[in-house]
Amino acid sequence: MNRSPLAARVGMAAFLAVAAAFFLLPLYVMLVTSLKPLDELRAGALFAWPLAPTLAPWRTAWSEACTGVACEGVRAGFMNSLAIAVPSTLLAVGLGALNGYALALWRVRGANWLFGLLMVGAFVPGQVMLYPLVRALGTLGLVGSLPGIVLVHVVFSMPLMTLLFRNWYASLPTELFNAARIDGAGFWGVWTRVLLPMSAPMLGVAAIMQVTGVWNDYLLGLVFAGHDFAPMTVQLNNLINTSTGTRQYNVDMAATLLTSLVPLVVYFGSGRWFVRGITAGALKG
Amino acid sequence: MPTARAARSGSWPARLALLPLALTAVVAYLGSILWSLRVSFSASRTFPSDSWVGAAQYLRLFANERWLLSLQNLAVYGVLFVLACLLLGFLLALLIDRQVAGEGVLRAVFLYPYAMSFIASGAVWAWMLNPIQGVEAVGHALGWEAFRFDWIVDPDRVIYAIVIAAVWQAAGLVMALLLAGLRSVDADLWRAARIDGIPTWRIYVSIVIPQLGYSFATAAILLLTAVIKLYDAVVAMTQGGPGTASEVPAKFIMDHLYGRANIALASAASVMLLLTAIALVSPFLYARSRAAARGA
Repeated sequence: MNRSPLAARVGMAAFLAVAAAFFLLPLYVMLVTSLKPLDELRAGALFAWPLAPTLAPWRTAWSEACTGVACEGVRAGFMNSLAIAVPSTLLAVGLGALNGYALALWRVRGANWLFGLLMVGAFVPGQVMLYPLVRALGTLGLVGSLPGIVLVHVVFSMPLMTLLFRNWYASLPTELFNAARIDGAGFWGVWTRVLLPMSAPMLGVAAIMQVTGVWNDYLLGLVFAGHDFAPMTVQLNNLINTSTGTRQYNVDMAATLLTSLVPLVVYFGSGRWFVRGITAGALKG
Repeated sequence: MPTARAARSGSWPARLALLPLALTAVVAYLGSILWSLRVSFSASRTFPSDSWVGAAQYLRLFANERWLLSLQNLAVYGVLFVLACLLLGFLLALLIDRQVAGEGVLRAVFLYPYAMSFIASGAVWAWMLNPIQGVEAVGHALGWEAFRFDWIVDPDRVIYAIVIAAVWQAAGLVMALLLAGLRSVDADLWRAARIDGIPTWRIYVSIVIPQLGYSFATAAILLLTAVIKLYDAVVAMTQGGPGTASEVPAKFIMDHLYGRANIALASAASVMLLLTAIALVSPFLYARSRAAARGA
């Protein structure tokens, strides 16, 4: 590609710098606010660096702040989110890989029709399905339980997970599949012994998408997890919107950062894989 | 074509493997949509009933001021959010594509908000936009006494405050999609256009942007899907307030399912929301399949 004139390049760099500052500003504000004692939260000091930095707001947010009736911080929510995210990810990614394999490489009557229906489901607003699912899970006694919320996450993530793996298996060379078939491997043998070991990159991408998606969910956790398994996002919202007493914005921001910690670590740690997940899930519908 | 390469049809293990998918698609998705449709024609309040009241709930819905306000908010939000995300995301992708240094860092900075939850980003934007201690107060502290930036507590402007937070969160997604699209433009096209002495801006307008149709349609589909589902950010930033000024349809449905125990009205609203989603997304799905067929 060509080189632009100097003035144009300076202009572009300036625009990118301003844009980067705008995108980083909320992260900076969260961080400095969370390190300030309450008396430093004065009008006009939003962007000021803390004069006497303290970790007390973080301790309060983690183990003392009120998140509804209980005042035990967001710690319980962290544990709940972890307990929800791990099985939801393993199950959803495993099922998605199996679905993608069966859809891409085997011919089953009606499978394309089912897949089409599932893809339409990806655009259905969750609110349309919430109440019927609450009723159905209620009959099974699963509302407010860990298996219940995990099942709901698996259901809601199935379109994306299936699409990711269907595209992945369709892009592999056919010879692999044919050779394994000639060697006498059946449906499960081809998958577990030949294709699954080659799927590590897509398994990683899918797991990243699913962990961040489940961790950041609010609506499903609010409706299906009940009080005992309320995820961190639900606790965070209770904390910031509790109307009793003075709002402690430093504690709010510490809790916000704590809630964002896992997805941000996954995001910055996984680098381009996160981007790959977005583009692989979005393209080739 | 997946079927052309299938080794064998009618395998029982394959059918068994697709059973969870079939149950999810038919029972969870189709089943609950049909259930909501049926309830929307009933007089159900706290519990579903078998009564049949025809379109009464829909008439009641469109006579409900809160619902009409939430539709109006969604329209304003949707137009501003989608256009701003597409414009900002495109500019960022374009400049990153032309810029030689710092690409990895810039991409990470523009996309990280997308990895956060709407509750978290709503919380930080509510704090930054509150007029007493937020950005407005910073303006005052710098001596600009007349500075007003109180959109989040202004019933006429609160929806713009939510747009700001949402654009901050989603513009990076558009950037990532369009950057991938820009990178897939054939390098030979660039070389040929360069040899012919065509100015850079002309190459973008006449050659590159027309080839981004597929990426733009994809971005529009993802953004519009997010518009319809708008709920978390409103709950975290304003809880629908001040008053009911930032009500949105998804929140209207939740409030009538739970707080107000009117599941028939909520179901009618959710059917309308589903129809809106279909009407908004299908043109772009169609445009995208045409763009894919052209090989763009």
